[in-house]
Amino acid sequence: MKLLYFAWLKAKTGVAEEEVTPPPEVATVADLLAWLATRGPGHAAALADLSALRVAVNQEYARPADAVRPGDEVALFPPVTGG
Amino acid sequence: MIRVQREDFDVGAEVAALSGGNHAVGAVAVFIGLVREMGGDAATSAMTLEHYPGMTERQLRRIEAEAQSRWPLQACLIIHRFGRLEPGERIVLVATASAHRQAAFEACEFLVDWLKTKAPFWKLEETATGAQWVEARGSDDQAAARWHTPKQTAKTDAAE
Repeated sequence: MKLLYFAWLKAKTGVAEEEVTPPPEVATVADLLAWLATRGPGHAAALADLSALRVAVNQEYARPADAVRPGDEVALFPPVTGG
Repeated sequence: MIRVQREDFDVGAEVAALSGGNHAVGAVAVFIGLVREMGGDAATSAMTLEHYPGMTERQLRRIEAEAQSRWPLQACLIIHRFGRLEPGERIVLVATASAHRQAAFEACEFLVDWLKTKAPFWKLEETATGAQWVEARGSDDQAAARWHTPKQTAKTDAAE
């Protein structure tokens, strides 16, 4: 599974992207975020406030209960501020 | 049509091309977003726009399709820049062409409201006190939300 981080999530986690293999019990976006928060202090800090976080799975906005699968591209970013 | 690019754009040329040769177009509405210099003790010296290549284009195409389904547009153009931009520089161009002004005005405003809340761009402001990510504003969400009630003529389109 490919993870992408944008804006301040990139600074807090210290990576722009990474390849991960979550354990099989990680089935949803919520599961993935909970698992990611255990990967280190940077990830824990980035994921401390989930209300400040938006998630896209395969470039589509996703909700906490949406499924994630091996091979997916999952992006984590703050609310958008373009325009 | 949508474009995501680092380079500036020529508003006159883009608007001319939008309606060029199509004599069914009676109205073109144009929105241009500029980098604004913020006041206060942390004046913006520049900003850097980050985006999510792939998803950004995908979301902009979806927003454009939604506008096309709601209003009788002859043509539609969104150009959004990324990279480092200084105050006064153009960030975004939204132009809509229709037979009459109401559809052009409304669709243009809709596109700006929706791209501000749905297109994955993030602004990093450089100020005298350091760089900071711009926070999303609730007023932008409210502006986008008023378009959620479909018009009587709108097709129901499960865009979300």
